[in-house]
Amino acid sequence: MSQDIVNSTTTTPVAPVVDRPLQAPGTRPQTGYIGKSEPRANAKRLLQGRGSYTDDLRFPRLAQVAYFRSPHAHAKIKKLDLSKARVAPGVIAVVDGYAVRDICSPWMGVLSHLKGIRSPLQFPLAIERARWQGEPVAAVVAETRAQAEDARDLVEAEWEELPVVVDMRDALAGQTVIHEELGDNICFHRELDTGEVDAAFAKADCVVEESYSFGRHTGVCLEPRIILADYNAGEHSLTVHHNTQSPHMMQQLFAKHFDIPEANIQVIAKDVGGGFGIKVHTYPDEMCTVALSIMLRRPVKFVADRMESMVSDIHAREHRVKIRLAADKAGNILAFDLDDLTAIGPYSVYPRTSGIEGNQVVNLTGGPYKHKQYRAKLDAVFTNKNVTCQYRAVGHPIAAAVTEGIVDAAAIKLGIDPAEFRRRNLIRDDAYPYTFPSGIRFEKLSHHKCLDKLLEIMDYPALRAEQAALRKKGIHRGIGLASIIEVTSPSAAFYGVGGAPISAQDGATLRLDVSGMVTVLCGVTEQGQGTDAIFGQIAATAVGVSLDKVRVLTGDTRVTPYGGGTWASRGAGIGGEAVLQSGKALKSNILDVAAAMLNVKKVTLDIIDNTIIDTTTGEKKLPLAEVGRVAYFRPDTLPMNFQSELTVTRHFVPREYAFTFANGVQGSLVEVDPDTGFIKMLKHWCVGDCGTVINPLLVDEQTRGGIVQGIGGAMFEECMYDERGQMLNANLADYLVPMSFEMPDIVTAHIETPTKTSELGAKGAGENGTAGAPAAIMNAINDALLPFNAKVRDMPFTPERVLKALGKV
Amino acid sequence: MDYEIETTMTLNGTQVTRRIAARTHLVDFLREEMGLTGSHAGCEHGVCGACTLRVNGDIVRGCLTLAVACNGKTIDTIEGVSDSGEAAEMQHAFHERNALQCGFCTPGMIMCAIDLVKNKPAAKREEIREYISGNYCRCTGYHAIVDAIEAVLISKQRLGGKS
Amino acid sequence: MKAPKFAYAKPATLPAALALLDQHGEEAKVLAGGQSLVATLNMRLSSPAILIDITGIAALSGISTANGKVRIGALTRHCDIERSAEIAKSVPLLAQAVGQIAHAAIRNAGTLGGSIAFADPAAEWPACMLAVDAEFIIAGKSGERRVQARDFFKGLYTTALQPKEILVAIEIPLLGAGYRSAFLELARRHGDYAIAGVAAIAKLDAGKFRDVRLAYLGVGATPILAKGAMAAIEGNAYSAEVVAAAQQALGRELDPIGDLYSAPPTKTHLARVLTGRALAAIAA
Repeated sequence: MSQDIVNSTTTTPVAPVVDRPLQAPGTRPQTGYIGKSEPRANAKRLLQGRGSYTDDLRFPRLAQVAYFRSPHAHAKIKKLDLSKARVAPGVIAVVDGYAVRDICSPWMGVLSHLKGIRSPLQFPLAIERARWQGEPVAAVVAETRAQAEDARDLVEAEWEELPVVVDMRDALAGQTVIHEELGDNICFHRELDTGEVDAAFAKADCVVEESYSFGRHTGVCLEPRIILADYNAGEHSLTVHHNTQSPHMMQQLFAKHFDIPEANIQVIAKDVGGGFGIKVHTYPDEMCTVALSIMLRRPVKFVADRMESMVSDIHAREHRVKIRLAADKAGNILAFDLDDLTAIGPYSVYPRTSGIEGNQVVNLTGGPYKHKQYRAKLDAVFTNKNVTCQYRAVGHPIAAAVTEGIVDAAAIKLGIDPAEFRRRNLIRDDAYPYTFPSGIRFEKLSHHKCLDKLLEIMDYPALRAEQAALRKKGIHRGIGLASIIEVTSPSAAFYGVGGAPISAQDGATLRLDVSGMVTVLCGVTEQGQGTDAIFGQIAATAVGVSLDKVRVLTGDTRVTPYGGGTWASRGAGIGGEAVLQSGKALKSNILDVAAAMLNVKKVTLDIIDNTIIDTTTGEKKLPLAEVGRVAYFRPDTLPMNFQSELTVTRHFVPREYAFTFANGVQGSLVEVDPDTGFIKMLKHWCVGDCGTVINPLLVDEQTRGGIVQGIGGAMFEECMYDERGQMLNANLADYLVPMSFEMPDIVTAHIETPTKTSELGAKGAGENGTAGAPAAIMNAINDALLPFNAKVRDMPFTPERVLKALGKV
Repeated sequence: MDYEIETTMTLNGTQVTRRIAARTHLVDFLREEMGLTGSHAGCEHGVCGACTLRVNGDIVRGCLTLAVACNGKTIDTIEGVSDSGEAAEMQHAFHERNALQCGFCTPGMIMCAIDLVKNKPAAKREEIREYISGNYCRCTGYHAIVDAIEAVLISKQRLGGKS
Repeated sequence: MKAPKFAYAKPATLPAALALLDQHGEEAKVLAGGQSLVATLNMRLSSPAILIDITGIAALSGISTANGKVRIGALTRHCDIERSAEIAKSVPLLAQAVGQIAHAAIRNAGTLGGSIAFADPAAEWPACMLAVDAEFIIAGKSGERRVQARDFFKGLYTTALQPKEILVAIEIPLLGAGYRSAFLELARRHGDYAIAGVAAIAKLDAGKFRDVRLAYLGVGATPILAKGAMAAIEGNAYSAEVVAAAQQALGRELDPIGDLYSAPPTKTHLARVLTGRALAAIAA
């Protein structure tokens, strides 16, 4: 290998994997609520419109800020006249970049483990120059948002437009350089080579090559980004109500850039209206809002409206990829050769960097297959468009689409059915642990079991027969398959080793309350995935209480144990394990109290259904409420040297593997209208292996939501820019998100291969759907187009692109 | 020229009178003035459906409705249909099938769903998908939402058949 | 995204509304259903000094039939048309089209008159008005005047409606026996403005198309009555050749404006495909 694999350089040596059952040896096996489809307790208030989203909170003396943003993609700020805005009705303050710079130190989106990644310093408000349309330039604070917008209209700016770099190929060529101090437009470059790729291609019987392109997407969380910063000068403290996925990370960043002690900062994320990776980054307008609260010594709120969300929420996925595959005539894949070019906007986003997505494409391409040779080249380049960063299933949809696209191309060239071709090449289910050519290590995956299950639930042979019959009638259906691997539950190798203030570990505190109820506090956050619900299920199971006895609290740095929050599908695998271990410890401590109360040996006791029982007779001894009452109100009745400990905290971080890989496979059935280029998605299937399924009800719909998000990228979504760097569809009427009518019914099934790196055995489930859907859809469309000798390669697959492929326009 | 208008409406069954700025859309009025934060502003240009509520019994986009234009009208929000129990069966079906994740679209989705039950009691899956196609949900795959609405329709049809 | 400041008035009668309009001139905007206007206000793409809310004028709503014409008040909402048995019977094209307009919540507020006056070339009603040969009744300070739909749509979002006028009603001549209609459009997502669409009406007389009207949406600055294509069909029975001739003629007379996702050739192509399908539907 010519270069170390970035994401696995620091993993610890392989520890012997031991089989750890859910219960300690000798205790009564009890799975309780694990694997049960329990509706979420916290959904009921949301169903009644009684959630507490950040914008629902009310504060005295609250000021609201609106941002004046650059109308140009690249321009010098010749003059910024704020005088008229300052005297507009209701206005409290109007500031430019220089004023805020004194309060908030700048940041730089680089990490040491992404070798060579570069980005300039970034400020909350543009200073001297704006580098994308939508970059915040001035802040207008007023008593109401409407007044702030009125005053914003009075900001007068004079601009000197500068040459723009819009196309990533121009960026790479470097005729115009966006940051002169960097010399060129390359943010991050990576190469990987197993060494014998050329030899593999030279001896191959079958070589296929394709070029694919992927449109820019953005997350479009229905609840936009919202931050409400409340600085209290009396105690130099900062309370931030923020719909972030990662409260502790934001606490660190606020402490660092505003020079406030970490302990004086509280970040609270109550109900959050979707995240998908959008709400886990440092946004200049959000940092500026905090600065304004400090400047004005009062609460200040910023709500990104939809139009500004479209040009300021991170974008993602703009790639042009060339890929080659070599195979022998028996249908064995020998090698992949990848060349990925991606455009990241004018800054690498802090603190995760904008190099990770391309890096993931390099890591994951070819991921499900057993070839030995792999070469990859990545260039992530600066452009004058909005910044890009990590968005749901980071890099996966690109890697999966180019892999599965070229795999289908090879299968067709070799005359082998795509399902059969995958069977021949997927890594065998008994081949683990397995080190993939890109260097990443898989603990245990189940590609073959998943594929078998998928083909069964699709009734693949019947679909093929139906397809052939319908083709004769002029109805053109296509069937597409896509196997994927999924990065979940990352160790510190993802960010921490590079210097990011991002916790890979998470903690859970469990407390037995007086009434025998259990309170759970965890650093993982909830954006609707059902985090709180599964923590309740795990806690109830571990302690031995019924689900109605558990309350879960997340999203408050002052209350919960320290943790990374929610991203990269880490909630169940990492937070869930912390809850499990904490629950077991709490149970043990409860039994200590009960044993002392009953004057029996602890090993004779267990907790089942909120009750202390005698394990030998099954006799009910004490309700948990009695344990609570005695421990808290009558400790005098317990032995003199005994102290009850009914609040416990446990932490967990994966260490044996850099990532807890999950896997899955999807199937898509589409019908193409060759006259109009319209595609109807008839049905979609997904088999996922996320290890232990804690709550199938939640996993299933999250998977479907992920698939629909993937379909969005494949079929509809693209942030379109003109040659001047103006985003053309920065609203919800023109940026097409997937809506219900066009979406298919989606059938899901599971294979469970629990990870042995934790007792719970859960892997992440959040990326699978989004990762594989575009690939499956593309393959289905191209399968339908096969009789026309036509093929689509550029997402989204608009009717026009289909018609062009068919030569009709 | 009147920039603020005294406006009287029947809001969730109670008559309220307020002076309202002409430019204030109904969602902002409900949220900021009346504290009814269940109606959500997801786009404020009439596309996402998160602000769906009822005016004179018909669902509309709250963000495309001026509050002052509601003088003399009857407004029902998610809070109203929750407290009255009108939406209870639909809410229960959504809960049972996990037809929501982050919950931000949910009030609008529920308002649309109970409107569908009223107007299209015999709707099949395809028609359900069509009826809710103006309500954006980023979290679910819509499948569970369709399941939940379908379940309510089937249950009502069964009851209707018995009576 | 808050609308700029504006004043508001809600006159109870048409003369009062016209007087306000006269007083404020181009500073005023007429508010009907508001489904386009309020969105543009929220986006600050429009900043009128005053909104004149005409929804309080009862005389502007309702559907009635008299003297061989169906009269639809300008304030009649899309949903009223959708629910009208009279429309379904007398002007079935409108019933065929209405379900394609946005979504239920929009159809409950948006009005026929508002859609016509806004004149989005990709909207359903303007094209339908051409196909049904509607006549628009327009009120101004000096009284009422009538404009044929075919003379009304002047350019992109521009119409024969003068700044101080209000569209009052739409009159549609009833068609005799034997007429059939079809409304077809292709939108990326249900309820979106279409890439292309056609409102088609013809009388089927002993298997031959008579009095053919083909009006297209989404393929130009205005809705377009495709006279060339209509002529190619007139008097002929349905056949592949006739369809091809109509499609060919259509290509000559359409000069579409591209949208974000579809270039002019795509729009022309799709309009041709829809033409074939509409004729097939009518002939079936």
